[in-house]
Amino acid sequence: MGAILDLIGALLLLAGTSFLLLGGLGLVRMPDIYNRIQAGTKATTLGTLLSLVGVGFLHPEWSLKLLLIGVFLLFTNPLSSQVLARAAHRTGTRKSPATVVDQLEDDLGERP
Amino acid sequence: MAEALVSLAAIIAGVAFLLVLWRFIKGPSPVDRIIAFDGLTIVSITGILFAALAAERGIYLDVALVYALLSFLGVIVVARFLERGF
Amino acid sequence: MTLSIGIALLLAIAMVVSAIMATRGRRSLGISILAAGLASLLASVMFLLLGAPDVAMTEAAIGSGLTTFLFFFVLGRVRRGEHD
Repeated sequence: MGAILDLIGALLLLAGTSFLLLGGLGLVRMPDIYNRIQAGTKATTLGTLLSLVGVGFLHPEWSLKLLLIGVFLLFTNPLSSQVLARAAHRTGTRKSPATVVDQLEDDLGERP
Repeated sequence: MAEALVSLAAIIAGVAFLLVLWRFIKGPSPVDRIIAFDGLTIVSITGILFAALAAERGIYLDVALVYALLSFLGVIVVARFLERGF
Repeated sequence: MTLSIGIALLLAIAMVVSAIMATRGRRSLGISILAAGLASLLASVMFLLLGAPDVAMTEAAIGSGLTTFLFFFVLGRVRRGEHD
């Protein structure tokens, strides 16, 4: 039983770090800042959460602390990503030429 | 079996760390570097998890909690600095 | 054991790079402050690997959090004073 739990935990850890690798690759390869924010925040959040679950399978006695870290990351990470994207938009960062729709600019344009 | 998989996961996390560090060095604009800083903090949390696994000590996870808090505060401060300059 | 040595090697490379960026970067002062915060952050992971979680917690809170916040605050004040 313990060996199977260890194997599941190690596989989850591997999946989590694979998502971290994909996030890093997106951070290097994406064309403009907004796409990099997507890749660098969403993929790494999912990767870290999967890694936390994997470590929880490997060491069940640490579950409470891991749950606390996971809840905290889940609350704060999307918030910081949104604040960063808004700051980038307000300071007039250039968009990629392939960008089709920008609803924040439409909203700001309609405001009196 | 499980040990080898954990070692492979650590190597993959190291490659991800190097990729994000490259964006921090290269990044043309300050916002790029802030994103890379946030990403490096998050990858460091995974590094702390591996350190806790290697040393078998649960107290290391408290540092990861402090890291999650600090990453959030740092990004908020720098974004506010970019937007309004305090 | 090998895992710890690998993490420490990676951290050492990143710390040297960020320290060079902090001291030799000529582009912008904000980037230098951010790089100094990064060096401090990685130093706290290094303390953790050396087996001192309390020192690592203090270094992360003071060196990386409070100092970066204080530097950005002062930088904003100084720039606003120049423009007025």
